[in-house]
Amino acid sequence: MTQTADPIYKTDALIAEDIDKYLEVHQHKTMLRFITCGSVDDGKSTLIGRLLYDSKMIFEDQLAALEADSKRVGTQGQEIDFALLVDGLAAEREQGITIDVAYRFFATEKRKFIVADTPGHEQYTRNMVTGASTADLACILIDARKGVLVQTRRHSYLAHLIGIKNIVLTVNKMDLVGYDQAVFDAIVKDYTEFANSIGIKVFTAIPISGFKGDNITGPSENTPWYKGPALMEHLESVEVDSTTDAAKPFRLPVQWVNRPNLDFRGFSGQIATGTVRPGDKIRVLPSGKNSTISRIVTFDGDLDKAVAGQSVTLCFEDEIDCSRGDVISIAENPVLAADQFETTIVWMDEQELLPGRPYWMKIGTQLVTVSVAAPKYQVNVNTMEHLAAKTLDLNAIGVANISTDRPIPFEPYVQNRDLGGFILIDKMTNATVAAGMINFSLRRADNVHWQATDVTREHHASAKNQKPAVLWLTGLSGAGKSTIANLVEQKLARMNRHTFLLDGDNVRHGLNKDLGFTDADRVENIRRVGEVAKLMTDAGLIVITAFISPFRAERDMVRHMVNPGEFFEIHIDTPLADAEKRDVKGLYKKARAGDLKNFTGIDSPYEPPEDPEIRIDTTALSAEEAAEEIVRKLIP
Amino acid sequence: MTATGQLDAAPLTEERLTHLQRLEAESIHIMREVVAEAEKPVMLYSVGKDSAVMLHLAKKAFYPSPPPFPLLHVDTTWKFKAMYDLRDKAAKDAGMDLLVYHNPEAEEKGINPFTHGPLHTDMWKTEGLKQALDHYGFDAAFGGARRDEEKSRAKERIFSFRTASHRWDPKAQRPELWHLYNARKAKGESMRVFPISNWTELDIWQYLHLENIDIVPLYFSAPRPTYVQDGQLFMVDDIERLEKVVGKDKMPEITTRSVRFRTLGCWPLTGAVESEAATLPEVIQEMLLTTTSERQGRVIDKDGGDASMEKKKQEGYF
Repeated sequence: MTQTADPIYKTDALIAEDIDKYLEVHQHKTMLRFITCGSVDDGKSTLIGRLLYDSKMIFEDQLAALEADSKRVGTQGQEIDFALLVDGLAAEREQGITIDVAYRFFATEKRKFIVADTPGHEQYTRNMVTGASTADLACILIDARKGVLVQTRRHSYLAHLIGIKNIVLTVNKMDLVGYDQAVFDAIVKDYTEFANSIGIKVFTAIPISGFKGDNITGPSENTPWYKGPALMEHLESVEVDSTTDAAKPFRLPVQWVNRPNLDFRGFSGQIATGTVRPGDKIRVLPSGKNSTISRIVTFDGDLDKAVAGQSVTLCFEDEIDCSRGDVISIAENPVLAADQFETTIVWMDEQELLPGRPYWMKIGTQLVTVSVAAPKYQVNVNTMEHLAAKTLDLNAIGVANISTDRPIPFEPYVQNRDLGGFILIDKMTNATVAAGMINFSLRRADNVHWQATDVTREHHASAKNQKPAVLWLTGLSGAGKSTIANLVEQKLARMNRHTFLLDGDNVRHGLNKDLGFTDADRVENIRRVGEVAKLMTDAGLIVITAFISPFRAERDMVRHMVNPGEFFEIHIDTPLADAEKRDVKGLYKKARAGDLKNFTGIDSPYEPPEDPEIRIDTTALSAEEAAEEIVRKLIP
Repeated sequence: MTATGQLDAAPLTEERLTHLQRLEAESIHIMREVVAEAEKPVMLYSVGKDSAVMLHLAKKAFYPSPPPFPLLHVDTTWKFKAMYDLRDKAAKDAGMDLLVYHNPEAEEKGINPFTHGPLHTDMWKTEGLKQALDHYGFDAAFGGARRDEEKSRAKERIFSFRTASHRWDPKAQRPELWHLYNARKAKGESMRVFPISNWTELDIWQYLHLENIDIVPLYFSAPRPTYVQDGQLFMVDDIERLEKVVGKDKMPEITTRSVRFRTLGCWPLTGAVESEAATLPEVIQEMLLTTTSERQGRVIDKDGGDASMEKKKQEGYF
């Protein structure tokens, strides 16, 4: 039997009586976004189906299809299986589980709701974090028969991690425990203990049955002992985050510079927090330039005031530089800029985090290059324990320091989701590989200076009467890199140039003896060599390096470390068959026999340079001729 | 709370945006991101009510500049006449270039909805769209799809990545967090972007009403020549063409009925509903009291059974 209140939702009498009045009322609805999280059998999809059904968002044709589907593939016998309304994609319906994030919509008289349906299966932390990132509220489902499970802890931890302040504990399937208050109270007690331990201070607990409809839209006769709100009543009345955002200091990340003609220059973006009015003194970050708002321009006319959440175009009284990625903030309380941060990272890609490798970072409207240090620790999302970690795998959550290639305006995530939340993008595949949250900056970039030395790099270079450079030889093992590098150094020495040769094998005997040959270690190997080469160019030297350096991303990283124009990528280009035939060190033989793992060209990839400064075709040139060619390019 | 709709929630202050204001701001944000990050964006314009809202939002997003991309209509030659009229007027009013694309192969073979069934949509729309995007070299295309329309759309991202051959892989979608959209892609790959993903049908109607946006008159009821086929009502938009295709002797019985349309597509494929709703509020009223969902009027969702839209999307249909 269904225990619902009168169907007051949507089929309001006003629709038939006075449609204009109805529209007027409904134009003033607010919006609440929430997520539902639960394990595979907690009845999540059933609950969402029920909300859609009870708010009359299901039409007759859908209901007819639903009834037919329920009989064919449903799991509720002859009764309506509400879950079928929600489980979308064909493959999932066959498996009987939801595997991605789906968004559902319904509305009552007071609010429009967007529900993110996020799966409860172990391997899909990624999806839940995605769904939670835009949510104002999280609805944590518990099966009354099972109580607080490992999954409950995980979902609560993730919701809290992503900063959701409204947590609703819905104890579902109360019909299957005889609507027993003792069961409900025991679960709430259990959950309170756990919630407090991870920092969730308040939550609302509601006993429901998604299947039967108890305490969904109104009080249920089956739970006379429960005096709190029904689920829908609670969803209609909680405060949404966007309201509190308006009270914070003004910040707007610039998306686009609007310049239709020479007379108009405006800066378009969505206000992250705060309020702005013409006449407000503002500061543009990271440049630090100040001006005053002259106009707030919209299609519907200029505004006297705009608040958090609105998309507007701002004009300044002064012609100051401002472009995409900059943040306009109130001058008396501007955002800070920094280039090193402690962050919490959720890894979302099959390919694990490679500490040291450069990734794109998108934060607000900025896109910068970032490198992630080895994690300080990883969090076990079931027990909240901190575990030692060298990397982060798919669905792992960890805390790690990051550094950006330039100072960026930011705010800690807890203060500002828009200026503290970021994604990481793989530079080669363009996949979104991680989501992250800035905890705090490690230092204010503008307070930290490179230790200024009295003898400058220019002095070092001019004393040696040369221009510093890094000659970066890359190629397969056995291509002849070391041989050519040696010859280049000899020739330069004869020309009285000051040089230093960093050889792959030699460095691995000392500086990098702790590193192996996994992808992560190869990245770190090249990062360290890059840093050493950079210091040597500061000392005025011409540095010659001979490393396989198989990945484009790391070679690009070194290119960006050293001063512009000082990096020469030299591809020692040998066909794999030739290198293997030569096999001076016998390594290919070992690799083919399976005795040597992760060998470049055999079971580990080599990514050839796309646009090297110099390309040496070893099938056409001898080592001597190659060295000659390189020196000629360097010193014409 | 009472049935007269008095609100007892916290009063609406200036700081509290309504749901339509939040949706509008989100859509504008999405459009600006695309323009800032894509090399050559385009807006797919189908002349329907969703396109009308999308175009209106584009004008708002870039004002006082005109939207910095063209409109593209992938035409089948079988749209209602009233749609062609509004299309040309809307583009002109917005100060935007209008590109109209006809799949030359479909044109040559005379593909039509009467003789060719599902091939009609496949050739003119799915193939036509892919050809048009390749022809002009667009790397980002705005589409007016909404997540509430159909189950497979509920799971699609706002920035939906397509391979160089325009395929959508529902299993390999990029996670989309906060308001951060990853628009990066390799050469030849493209994005379909759905700025009104989070709008519902009711939101669209309310916004059209609130903003006084021009839509095709076919959305409003009027006496129109109609015929019945497979239990659905259709309107005769071009009787000569109908005669030519089905044959004079096989013409269905044509009756004048007061009808309107809930969605607009090719006239022989778009079911009409009998209605007296002649104004926007009346249409909304009827919609709220009605009991069949929007896409019921379109034949396309039904060929191939339950998963047909998902399959079409994987192949490159919008």
